[in-house]
Amino acid sequence: MTAMINQSEALAERLKLTIDEDQLTNCMRCGFCQNACPTFIETGLEAASPRGRIALMKAVVDGLMYPDQSFQDQMDLCLGCRACEPACPSDVKYGQLIEQTREAIAHERSYSLPVRMARKTFLKGIFPHQGRMRMVGKTLRFYQRSGLQRVVRASGVMKLLPEHLQELEAVMPETSGDGLVERWKSLRLPARSEVTKSGESIFIVPPIGEKVARVGMFRGCIMDVMFIETNVNTVRLLRQAGFEVVIPESQACCGALHAHAGEMAEARTLAELNLHAFADADVDYVASNAGGCGAMLKEYDHLMQDDAAHRELAIQFSNQVKDVSELLSTIGRPLTMQEEIAPKTVTYQDSCHLRNVMRIQGQPRELMRALPGVELCELQGADTCCGSAGIYNMTQPEMSKNVLDRKMEHVKKTDAKYVVTSNPGCLLQMKWGIHRSGLNNEMEAVHLVDLLAEHVRFDAEASGAGK
Amino acid sequence: MLADTIRKQLTAIVGSNGFKDDTETLVSYSYDATPLLQAMPDGVIFPSSTEEVSAIIKVCAEHRIPVIGRGAGSNLCGGTIPMQGGLIIVMTRMNKLLEIDTDNLTATFQTGLNTKQFHQAVEAAGLFYPPDPSSMIICTMGGNIALGAGGLRGLKYGTTKDYVIGLEAVLADGSVLRTGGKLVKDVAGYDLTRLLVGSGGTLAILTEATVKLIPKPAYRRAMVAMYDDLHAAAKTVSSIIANRIIPCTLEFMDQPTLQVVEDYAQIGLPVHAKAMLAIEQDGDEGTVEHDLKLIEQICLQEGAIELKIAQSPEEGAKVMEARRSALAALSRLRPTTILEDATVPRSKIAEMVLEVQRVSEKYNVQICTFGHAGDGNLHPTAMTDARNSEEIHRVEQAFEEIFEAAVRLGGTITGEHGVGIVKAPYLEWKVGSTGIEMMKRIKQAFDPDNIMNPGKLFAETRKRMVMNEHR
Repeated sequence: MTAMINQSEALAERLKLTIDEDQLTNCMRCGFCQNACPTFIETGLEAASPRGRIALMKAVVDGLMYPDQSFQDQMDLCLGCRACEPACPSDVKYGQLIEQTREAIAHERSYSLPVRMARKTFLKGIFPHQGRMRMVGKTLRFYQRSGLQRVVRASGVMKLLPEHLQELEAVMPETSGDGLVERWKSLRLPARSEVTKSGESIFIVPPIGEKVARVGMFRGCIMDVMFIETNVNTVRLLRQAGFEVVIPESQACCGALHAHAGEMAEARTLAELNLHAFADADVDYVASNAGGCGAMLKEYDHLMQDDAAHRELAIQFSNQVKDVSELLSTIGRPLTMQEEIAPKTVTYQDSCHLRNVMRIQGQPRELMRALPGVELCELQGADTCCGSAGIYNMTQPEMSKNVLDRKMEHVKKTDAKYVVTSNPGCLLQMKWGIHRSGLNNEMEAVHLVDLLAEHVRFDAEASGAGK
Repeated sequence: MLADTIRKQLTAIVGSNGFKDDTETLVSYSYDATPLLQAMPDGVIFPSSTEEVSAIIKVCAEHRIPVIGRGAGSNLCGGTIPMQGGLIIVMTRMNKLLEIDTDNLTATFQTGLNTKQFHQAVEAAGLFYPPDPSSMIICTMGGNIALGAGGLRGLKYGTTKDYVIGLEAVLADGSVLRTGGKLVKDVAGYDLTRLLVGSGGTLAILTEATVKLIPKPAYRRAMVAMYDDLHAAAKTVSSIIANRIIPCTLEFMDQPTLQVVEDYAQIGLPVHAKAMLAIEQDGDEGTVEHDLKLIEQICLQEGAIELKIAQSPEEGAKVMEARRSALAALSRLRPTTILEDATVPRSKIAEMVLEVQRVSEKYNVQICTFGHAGDGNLHPTAMTDARNSEEIHRVEQAFEEIFEAAVRLGGTITGEHGVGIVKAPYLEWKVGSTGIEMMKRIKQAFDPDNIMNPGKLFAETRKRMVMNEHR
């Protein structure tokens, strides 16, 4: 008991140091954020709303309460979808406040052994290292391909796992141990490798036709293992639209999962790697096809603001970061579509961080509406989180399931064949949702890029022409 | 902290999910949207029926525990701050729309119903409920009724008090009162419905309400007029009314407000202008077009430098949306935003705007003014910082003088936010000592033990009206 109070006291002191008091004061408690907040909609409890959480943070800083376990639980319950930010009239940076709070908690909290192991393994041991990510990919691929998955599923061993993990395992896509570069090489499509002045290896895919701009491809760690085809399609679409695509070899994980978990030092280390990798590659834009990663990259300027050596670089980088939908719809050359594809209805679930942080909501929709034969049926509540939220669906399965089930009620009403998203987490979650609702035979979750690739007429792909 | 026996009694009524008194809950119900006010309750309870509310209040009455009704906690008068502790009754689980009666043109609902959702349901039935407070995306109908909410359409359609025709309320002893009904005419005794509207939870907890609806206007069109002189805009308002035109919306924004709203909403407002009027008329198409043409002439006569008539309903909606977000957008300028609602007869608008400017300069505080100019209800809004007590003191002095000016011009200290805690010290300026005395006797009759939202409406210390400069 005493230990717990000591820990709370230490956390309170740390919070006073880490939290931005101006942002706390800027919240005028109008409450306009509440109807945008999935956990408030689910619970109806003030404390589970952005206004409530900010009030709790302020109460700790003001010395009105100790940040006890229930305080920490409440901070964990936040999805971090940041739908409250566009809804906030006063422009309170809620995302920063929750990250600062989680940073303080991560610093002071003694996690249970399994959680500590998981945090160490994934956040420090695997995600930061592309090579290790690929090893995980290869291992999983072996699991899936060797028949082991079939054996495991048949054996009933999965039943020992919590229900949500069983279901997530069931919808996991086939992983890959190859990265984007290896896969591109195996397709024998035009490309070349270069070494920059500072000795960085970069892989360059030439544009088709006149070059519009030079864009650095952020491949992402999860995307490159679980959704390698989406990465390949992203490069295909970009070059079709006239972009020269550069893939710096030394790029790393974006650090979003670390930042959301309060591991800010690790997030900054990763940011440094990426800043240098893309600066060396001398690109006009940085392309992201994952809303969560893109949003993190977009906020490197904030992440590195106290780092004099990287501040300027980070500001420049943040300005260059664009979602692939933005590059294709507003900067690249218009794509030519095939006409002879059977008509279908699709619906779109916004990636929260794409919409609320990168503030991209129109472009993906425009791209889909432009597809011949595709009817976009708007999903009611598309701007509300699906409950995936990074690793939230694993850490908060109850709330995640509730949020997802509410989402699926709306999805059913669209009669869509495809549920389209722009982020790997959302894609997995929607696959889980379709699985949970027994709609496997009626609909499919796809990434926007893959839907586009199905429709675009790829001309002269084998040609390395164009300068 | 409530005694264990009381906590058990309350939990027995609503179940373990319906009563909370952990620190986190108490902190998160210690505030509402009013700046600078916070006080911890002793417990928070979430009833699901009138019977539960009645049982809860009986427990509170037995133990003399203060009872504070709360909807979304979006009020601006401190109306739900538990100044003396007590039990917060959160009404949001009682949010059923019970009936839209298209024969009688009425709607009946539980009071925790969200205002925006109510609007949508009513409009889907081809009907119209005009009161539209700026917080309607989150606020509740019960909160609107308890504080007599207004909105942008007050000029032509009136406010909440003009629509409530029946109530169900739980009194301080737990008994259930029903007033009014689906009746346009009803003079059976004192008008208790009207008395409860705006009573701010000091007389009863409202559980159910019946409001009248009107047919949805077939057509609406908005326009904006820009001025390089504040008076010209204020005078236009008076002229439009004097010319026997009642627009459904007639809103005013001064230059600092324009600037921040544009920064926020980015809809192409000319930020160089000194003042803007946003005007909307609704009704049948012929009348609307006729009125807008006349209004256009009046604006030009009064010196408008730019006029723009919305070419589509979307454009019109955007203009009104910009005005709706004014308060919020202003809050980006400084950490703390204090918004008041001093109201004058509409013929005095120009004088009042001038008074606000004078006071703002005198106390060296930044005050932007926007508001429902058509009904004389202005929102002088101070941008300040709660952490600077010296500045906050000046802001308080400035507002005191603004209230005083409003009353002097024949106006009131509050047009639509309610008295709550914030305006209590000034209530006597408006209603006089006889008024206060009568109100106290009414309070005594309803709530002899003073458990219903104590500390609101009646101030412990009265402000003396001081007309001269020095105090």
